[in-house]
Amino acid sequence: MWLLDALRSGDEGAFLSLVTMHYAAMLRLAQMYVGTRAVAEEVIQETWLGVLQGLSRFEGRSSLKTWIFRILLNRARTRAQREQRTIPFSALVTGGEPNKPAVEPDAFRPPEDQYPGGWLTPPAAWDGLPEERLLSQETRQHIEGALTTLPPAQREVITLRDIDGWSSGEVCEYLGISEANQRVLLHRARSRVRRALASYLAE
Amino acid sequence: MVEGNITCKELVEVITSYLDDALSPEERERFERHLALCPGCRAYLVQMRATLRLLGTLSAESLPETMQRELLAAFRGLRPFSGSS
Repeated sequence: MWLLDALRSGDEGAFLSLVTMHYAAMLRLAQMYVGTRAVAEEVIQETWLGVLQGLSRFEGRSSLKTWIFRILLNRARTRAQREQRTIPFSALVTGGEPNKPAVEPDAFRPPEDQYPGGWLTPPAAWDGLPEERLLSQETRQHIEGALTTLPPAQREVITLRDIDGWSSGEVCEYLGISEANQRVLLHRARSRVRRALASYLAE
Repeated sequence: MVEGNITCKELVEVITSYLDDALSPEERERFERHLALCPGCRAYLVQMRATLRLLGTLSAESLPETMQRELLAAFRGLRPFSGSS
């Protein structure tokens, strides 16, 4: 709890690094609820003000991070209601999405084949892929596009796990879901993003 | 299929558990044994790891200066925190 102590003792550096560290993820999550980036930024600012006000009352029953992100979620929801945006989802609902395979089934050999379930169309080798191409602005834009097409629960999980670096335990605590459920959501999200990336890089 | 082996089609569905170290020791062993013999699945794992690397770079987003200023002011304004002793 050194971070909590640092905040309580008025350590500005600790506060600022915390705000900066989670800014991207907060922006992404808030924007799932509210319409614009500007409103999302306001939600983030309100969140931190709420955190500061609640800091002396925080009892550490959940992790500091989960507590902060729950405040974000509440503010974003309140704001979305005020804007009369419909919030057709909750993280607890997996969206009833049919169980889509990670890879198109026709990439594999059919059951009657000598090697059923083996690659028919193996994935391209990326070992020679230049890092500049992978991390280019254009590639990132394609990834952003893929992220926005994900069902909300998947998008929340992949944002926290892979963009903000949370552990699976932290995500489960925050969303109130089981490890297994969390993993299914993450798996579908990652698989879909990988597929989008592969089809873009194959162009 | 020999009992205990997994196919490529199955491997891509447990890759998230593998990366989270959530497979049982037996499953993990089967996964790695398959991987050692299968260039296609190794390529898939490389693709997945590259995807994760790329996602990790999306966390870079600079805080707007006005927000930083206002939050710092609020932080200073709240000191000292009561109830922290």
